[in-house]
Amino acid sequence: MANAFTDLLAQKGTLMADGATGTNLFNMGLMSGDAPEMWNTDEPKKIIALYKFAVDSGSDLFLTNSFGANASRLKLHGAEKRVHELSRVAAELGREVADRADRKVLVAGSVGPTGEIMEPVGPLTHALAVEMFHETADGLKAGGADIGWLETISAPEEYRAAAEGFALAGLDWCGTMSFDTAGRTMMGMTSEAMVEMVHGLDNAPMAYGANCGTGASDLLRTVLGFAAKNGQLPIIAKGNAGIPKYHEGHIHYDGTPELMGQYAVMARNCGASIIGGCCGTMPEHLVAMRAALDETPKGDAPTLEEIVEVLGPFSSASDGTDGEGPVRAPRRGRRR
Amino acid sequence: MSDEDEIILADLDDEELVQQMFDDLYDGLKEEIEEGVNILLSRKWIPYDVLTKALVGGMTIVGADFRDGILFVPEVLLAANAMKGGMAILKPLLAETGAPRVGKMVIGTVKGDIHDIGKNLVGMMMEGAGFEVVDLGINNSVEKYLEAMETEGPDILGMSALLTTTMPYMKVVIDTMIEQGIRDDYIVLVGGAPLNEEFGKAIGADAYCRDAAVAVETAKEWMARKHNNAKSA
Repeated sequence: MANAFTDLLAQKGTLMADGATGTNLFNMGLMSGDAPEMWNTDEPKKIIALYKFAVDSGSDLFLTNSFGANASRLKLHGAEKRVHELSRVAAELGREVADRADRKVLVAGSVGPTGEIMEPVGPLTHALAVEMFHETADGLKAGGADIGWLETISAPEEYRAAAEGFALAGLDWCGTMSFDTAGRTMMGMTSEAMVEMVHGLDNAPMAYGANCGTGASDLLRTVLGFAAKNGQLPIIAKGNAGIPKYHEGHIHYDGTPELMGQYAVMARNCGASIIGGCCGTMPEHLVAMRAALDETPKGDAPTLEEIVEVLGPFSSASDGTDGEGPVRAPRRGRRR
Repeated sequence: MSDEDEIILADLDDEELVQQMFDDLYDGLKEEIEEGVNILLSRKWIPYDVLTKALVGGMTIVGADFRDGILFVPEVLLAANAMKGGMAILKPLLAETGAPRVGKMVIGTVKGDIHDIGKNLVGMMMEGAGFEVVDLGINNSVEKYLEAMETEGPDILGMSALLTTTMPYMKVVIDTMIEQGIRDDYIVLVGGAPLNEEFGKAIGADAYCRDAAVAVETAKEWMARKHNNAKSA
């Protein structure tokens, strides 16, 4: 199935995605606790400026300001009735910026998690989750998004629900999960298991991968895990610009533009073909990533040791795919 | 005997039963835990021993495996749910028998932050360890924290933040506690994805807790210190 995303990817081989949304918006004066999505209608100029950061820094696609534009998240701000509107406007502003660029740039409609835990362990039903994702995807499509972009998902159930939501809206999509707990998602999914899940979906994404999580090192280990499974679909890598550090009242991410450039090249060598940043990734990081990707030919995949050498240590010894992770102690009682 | 044989809990001796309950908690089997608690009570165990030896003992194993990356959130939630089933039976009995309290915690996500999965996990694991937990929810101002400390009289204040932009608010709360001269009346624990130990020290918290399991261990450790200090004072 061809669309603007697969066309551009086929043409360019590697696509550079964008950087941080939250970090940049906070720098523009967003107060923590406020829903960033409100700015789509309240401060559209700032959202346009955010999108332009990515375009001017060389991104081939950027994510819309709609990460929390679902009924469950917006409800916290009494704005659950505005899901469709805020999603649509997020995409419309994106369309405006992308169509004015001097090259092809894609508008990727960001879809974040509901923030609820799904059945059977949590209260959110599959049907309700599908409905929520459907509503956001509808709005993004109405606003002219080229593709839907699910991100920062922890639960496989939620990823599946989103796939159905996108199908109902008739919007092609990509979807990444966040691997932040001992190399797995918070809900325990390994990179290997994600590849299997993604390729088994009725409405499979155009590309899948990892975003956010712990540091750039962990993210690349996850990408190596994806690549080892030899899936058919392209792989996305969107890592944080290092680890947040507290410095005299301020937070800053310790990843330099230079390091993020190295990360981008290594991500491609690991097997990713859509590469971007996440939290802490500012325009200067993107510029360095763009230059590094353009100047460096694709090379061999780095070893885990080489990743550590360049980007720093992993957050856990194993990511659950090497058979060397910790295991449960023998049962004390008898098996039921 | 094969693994498939049905286990009759009432046929097990105390030691076997407790071991089986450890496994049942691990597997999140609520009804089996409730049955186990009732059997131990019928064998004249005091409620406090059922809590600490069977339930808390089992949840300690769950917590350790969560910390070590063997169990993940879904399994922990199921275990906590099973634990809750047992606690519901024990709670009135514990109050009646005047059992010593393990500790009490007021917990909440700081102002400006609406993330709560991590905080909820800590709350559940703390309850699993026998603590009484008062959950203030999300987006808490310094006034809300102070009011809850005043009315609830907890041993521990727990603060959570998931955003780099909201984590500095923890310092605002701690600084206000210092100003009011009540800082040392409480154990202050902080946690959340973007935090680290360095940050915890920098803002004057007693400890940073990497995850819910570490939070429980740290809380127990500080409660023990508090008791020792109280004895020697």
